[in-house]
Amino acid sequence: MAVPIQQKSPVARVVQAWFNPLKRSAGFLAFVLMRITGIGLVVYLLLHMVVIGNLLRGPAGWDSLIQTMKAPWVLALDVLLIAGILIHMLNGLRVTIIGLGFGTQSHKGIFWTLMAVALLLLIYSGWLVFTK
Amino acid sequence: MNDNGLFGQKKTITLKVWRYKPGAIDPPRYDTFQVEANAVTTVLDALEEIKATRDGTLLYRHSCHHASCGTCGMRVNGREQLGCVARLLEQGSDVVVVEPLAAAPLVADLVVDMTPFAAHFTPAGMRLVRTSEFNAEAETPAGVERFTRYEDCIECNLCLSACPVANTNPAFIGPAGLAAAYRALITGERSPAEVFAYVDHEDGVWRCHSAMECSAVCPSNVNPGHKIMALRRELISYKVKRFFKGG
Repeated sequence: MAVPIQQKSPVARVVQAWFNPLKRSAGFLAFVLMRITGIGLVVYLLLHMVVIGNLLRGPAGWDSLIQTMKAPWVLALDVLLIAGILIHMLNGLRVTIIGLGFGTQSHKGIFWTLMAVALLLLIYSGWLVFTK
Repeated sequence: MNDNGLFGQKKTITLKVWRYKPGAIDPPRYDTFQVEANAVTTVLDALEEIKATRDGTLLYRHSCHHASCGTCGMRVNGREQLGCVARLLEQGSDVVVVEPLAAAPLVADLVVDMTPFAAHFTPAGMRLVRTSEFNAEAETPAGVERFTRYEDCIECNLCLSACPVANTNPAFIGPAGLAAAYRALITGERSPAEVFAYVDHEDGVWRCHSAMECSAVCPSNVNPGHKIMALRRELISYKVKRFFKGG
C-alpha cells in the first residue's frame, strides 16, 4: 500500500528522508554518507570494546585473536573501517567549512574534491593493510 | 495540450498520480493515466487534461502557469518541482510519478496544507507585501543587486519538502523561513537581536545539516542553503563580539 511520508511511522520517515539519495544532489549524498558512516563508526566502537575485552582472557586468548585479525576478510573490514573514517572525517571538514558560511556556493566541488582525496588515501591505506 | 506538431512528436506517458481523500480514498493509492505529451507538455498540463476530461475529482493547486506564484509545487518522479514548468518528456522515464510535497500536512490528492510553512515568514521578518512591487517609479536604490535575490522567494514550499531535516522534525523553521530571517537581518528590517532571538535555538539555524537540497530544488534561485550558512556566520560573529564586549 502506498503511504506518503506524512503518514509513515517516525522510523520509516527517517529511513525515507535521510537515506534515499535517489534524484538528489551531491549535498544530499554527503548528508546520507555522513549518517551511514557515523552509525557505522558507532557500531565499530562497540565491537572494538568487545574485541579489546579479550585481553581479560590472558595472553593465549589475545594471541589467538591476533591470528584471526590477520585473516584477509578481517583486513577487508579494516579497509572498510578506514573508508568510513575518511569519508566521515573529510565530510565533517566540509560541513565545518560551509557551516561557518564559507564556500557555500561551491559546496559540491568541495565535496567531490574531498571524496577524491578520501579515495586516494583509501587506496594507499588498503595497499598498506594488505602488504605491510 | 498542444497538438499542432510544432513541438515535436508526441509520446505516450504513463502518469501515476497520488490519490488520497480522507474518508473516500483512504488508504491512499496511485491512479494511472495515459497522456499524450510533446516537448512542451508540462505535468500541470497533463493534470488539467485529466481533470477536465477523465476525473473531475482530482485535486491539485495551481495559479499562474509560469513559475511565478509557487502554487503548483509537487514531487515529480521523487523530486520537488513546479508542475507548471516540469516538462513530462524531461523526467527521464515513460512512467512519471506525481506525488504531493512532503513535510506538509496532507489535505487531499496533491494538495498539502501550506499554513505551517507560511507561519514562519512573518516572525522571520518577511514582508507580506513586497516593497519593490510598489516602487516602479523610484530610482534603483543603492545596493539593490545585493537585495534583489531575497525578494525572489515564491513561497512554493519545495525547499521544505526536499529538506531531510524538515521531513523528520516539524519544529524546524526550515530553509525558506531562515532565508527570510537572513534577508530581514541584512536589509536592516529587523535588528540582529530580533532575528537571532528567532533563529538561535535547536530548531532554528543550528538544525540545518548542510544537505543543501533546498538550494538544489529552489525554482527561483533564492539559494536558501547559502542564506542559512550566512545567517550562522552572522550569528557567530554577533556572539563573539558580544562575548568580548561583555554584552
